[in-house]
Amino acid sequence: MSVLYIVVPVALLIVAVAVGAFVWAANRGQFDDLETPALRMLHDDEERILPANDRGPVSPP
Amino acid sequence: MTSVRCLRCVHCGLDVPAGFVEPGAASQFCCAGCRVAYRIIHEHGLDQYYRLGEKREAAVRSTQRTYEEFDHPSFEDLYVRDAGNGLSEVELYIEGVHCASCVWLVERVPFLLEGVARAELEVRRSLARITWDANAVKLSNVARMLDSLGYAPHPYRGVRRDALRRKEDRAMLVRIGVSGAIAGNLMLAAAALYAGWAGGMEHEWQLFFRWVSFVLVTPTILWPGRVFFAGAWSALRARTLHMDVPIALGLAAGYVQGAINTIRDSGPIYFDGLAVLVFLLLVGRYVQQRGQRAAADGAELLFSLTPTTARVIDGAGAVHEVPAEALLPGTIIEVRPGETLAADGVVADGRSQLDMALLTGESRPESVGVGMKVYAGTVNVTSPIRVRVEQPGESSRVAKILRQVEESGRRRAPVVQAANRMAPWFVGGVLALAVVTFVVWRSRDPARAMDNAIALLIVTCPCALALSTPLAVSAAIARAARRGIFVKGGDALESLARPGRIFLDKTGTITESRTALVQWCGPEWVQPLVLALEAESTHPLAAGFRAAWPEAEVPRACETTHVVGGGIAGNVAGHRVIVGSPAFVKARALGSVGAMTSRMDASLTPVLVAVDGRIVAAAGLGDPIRGDAARSVARLRSRGWHVSVLSGDAGAVVAAIGRELDLPARDCEGGMSPEDKLHMVEKVRDEEDGPVVMVGDGVNDAAAIAAASVGIGVHGGAEACLSAADIYLTRPGLAPLVELVRGAERTMGVIKRNLAFSLAYNLAGAALAMTGSINPLVAAILMPASSLTVVLSSWHARTFVESPA
Repeated sequence: MSVLYIVVPVALLIVAVAVGAFVWAANRGQFDDLETPALRMLHDDEERILPANDRGPVSPP
Repeated sequence: MTSVRCLRCVHCGLDVPAGFVEPGAASQFCCAGCRVAYRIIHEHGLDQYYRLGEKREAAVRSTQRTYEEFDHPSFEDLYVRDAGNGLSEVELYIEGVHCASCVWLVERVPFLLEGVARAELEVRRSLARITWDANAVKLSNVARMLDSLGYAPHPYRGVRRDALRRKEDRAMLVRIGVSGAIAGNLMLAAAALYAGWAGGMEHEWQLFFRWVSFVLVTPTILWPGRVFFAGAWSALRARTLHMDVPIALGLAAGYVQGAINTIRDSGPIYFDGLAVLVFLLLVGRYVQQRGQRAAADGAELLFSLTPTTARVIDGAGAVHEVPAEALLPGTIIEVRPGETLAADGVVADGRSQLDMALLTGESRPESVGVGMKVYAGTVNVTSPIRVRVEQPGESSRVAKILRQVEESGRRRAPVVQAANRMAPWFVGGVLALAVVTFVVWRSRDPARAMDNAIALLIVTCPCALALSTPLAVSAAIARAARRGIFVKGGDALESLARPGRIFLDKTGTITESRTALVQWCGPEWVQPLVLALEAESTHPLAAGFRAAWPEAEVPRACETTHVVGGGIAGNVAGHRVIVGSPAFVKARALGSVGAMTSRMDASLTPVLVAVDGRIVAAAGLGDPIRGDAARSVARLRSRGWHVSVLSGDAGAVVAAIGRELDLPARDCEGGMSPEDKLHMVEKVRDEEDGPVVMVGDGVNDAAAIAAASVGIGVHGGAEACLSAADIYLTRPGLAPLVELVRGAERTMGVIKRNLAFSLAYNLAGAALAMTGSINPLVAAILMPASSLTVVLSSWHARTFVESPA
């Protein structure tokens, strides 16, 4: 059972990383607009690559 | 000739009017705007747009403006940001955005114009963020391109507040995420502890998991939970008791006692309950705030719609485009057809018809001539005019109305939620009970006095109480949305739960806001002759005839002459036919019309028909009452609402409508200007006790809608009106209004039921704590069970359901 002393802290560490990733994503504006990207993915099956989309979402200053 | 009706515009899919049909052409267009948009899209190889399969519902209405002012230095100061790398960035509010195809097309602007780096569209608020190289392309070019595709751009005037708000929203989301992650993991540790409590557990592991819980709960109290302490502190400083006060009290007591028990290694730790509580409360708050945000966004978009530019004619006769803010009284401006007036003034030159719908709600254009007063926000329809500016910009009538919209929205006292009304009593009661518990137990068993008093504070922590209102309201809002009723703020539902006064606008609300043939006195063989003439006309009354007899075989008319304000005459199938106003026709034909027009309703526009010099038929055209209006009004009245009609139309017309709806004459007010409507609503709101509801569809109703305790916009309404409204009905007619009122009553019922549940739980918990019988298991069951009851009760409530017809 003493493996718990390792497993639980490791689990907590993973939680911390996940929370960190979420905070990072939220602050980069990934959750600002939840509607348009859903529509946008409907029509990206084109031969040309958009200059707008190859740089990923843009964070406002 | 009838086959002509089946042609569809290649771009927008609407019917092509007979006059626009090009024989033999593969692509037909309903208007010049659609033709230009199609050409641009086609030339750039973007035909995929038409395969996206979204139904476009409006023809392209290009404004043909030059957008010169977008390049003006003052425009740059106000709206343009530096985006780095020599690029500039601006946010534009785009009219006419509604679907996936729009996103696709607007975001293709970088392909259409060299120098535009990026275009991103946010559908919910119709905001496009354009990034461009100012050295390569002018912003006015970009604006013209958007305009010719049918998306007229306006500078978004809420940029500054937007950045602040976005920061707030993100912080809130982060708090929810963090507290949710912690709550989930704490539950795992708690599950181990409860399993051990029931089935036996070595002390070493018990201690370990208690410390793990302690480590986990600390960040949730200190970071996401801080908002409750901040809220409680500001409430205390303002000497009021807000719902945050008991929550903060419970959180603090639970955390401190739990920490002490962890270190002492005995007694309950309340950490799992606290973490879940923080998470649920934050979620409830987020849901509520999103609704209020939507309303605030609407008001800002409305502000962006007012014209930003005017075409000034200087002494030498040269024309300049200047920002509307720079107009001075006495300046002469030119207004072309399709343009919106930027200032109030007097017509100096030219004759035209103006669409005054913005101010009067009347859809029929009004003729204006030299010397007549015209207002900003009205649209010039037929021919160019010159206007001498009298009240520019902020002092114009429409600016005043918009300001009133904003002010009434701000001034309106927030509805105090039932739970917050109870907060002072609740906190007082809990504190008194805690003191009683402490005093009584100290005389009997001093060692347990403090423990029991704190257990009481924790177990009565008003989790369910604080959740009961937001949960019931957000569940009801979701159900209402599925029924085509969009509720922007939850407090609107609470206000609607008890009956009060409802003001209905006439045009578009009670009536269908279109011209239709309501009465026809005359032989049937005349009908095709009338249609033949009306097919040549773009007058709104002509559309009424066309809609009334869609199947008739139409012969061809020739030698037609139009007289503006009079009628139309021509030769059809060997007959001389004249259709027009009574004065126009009587001057050109003989015959008695008394029998035909005497039965005509006063609210209708009379039209006479003469064939070969004799008057043979009379038609009454008007705005027909919606089929469900009378029944809906009757049902509202039977629920205790006092229904009145407020209209900008003439008193006789409104009185006729009132008779059809079975309303007493004193409840039908005609000839109301937007300001009159506002005053009426404000007067009743201040004098009467119940809620005041304004239902309307135009900008002329917007100020009254914003001032009412609940403003409701109806199907097809103007953008300004919708943004001022708390509730938007997407189904036509008044039946959704009845449904809304009943749903609001039921929602209030659910809220009351929730409050009763949570109070019962708290009473039980308090009783257990006072008798000293709270142990960790009881606390662990009571705390989530109360919240769960409230969640289930809210989610399964049938608040908005199809009402029996």
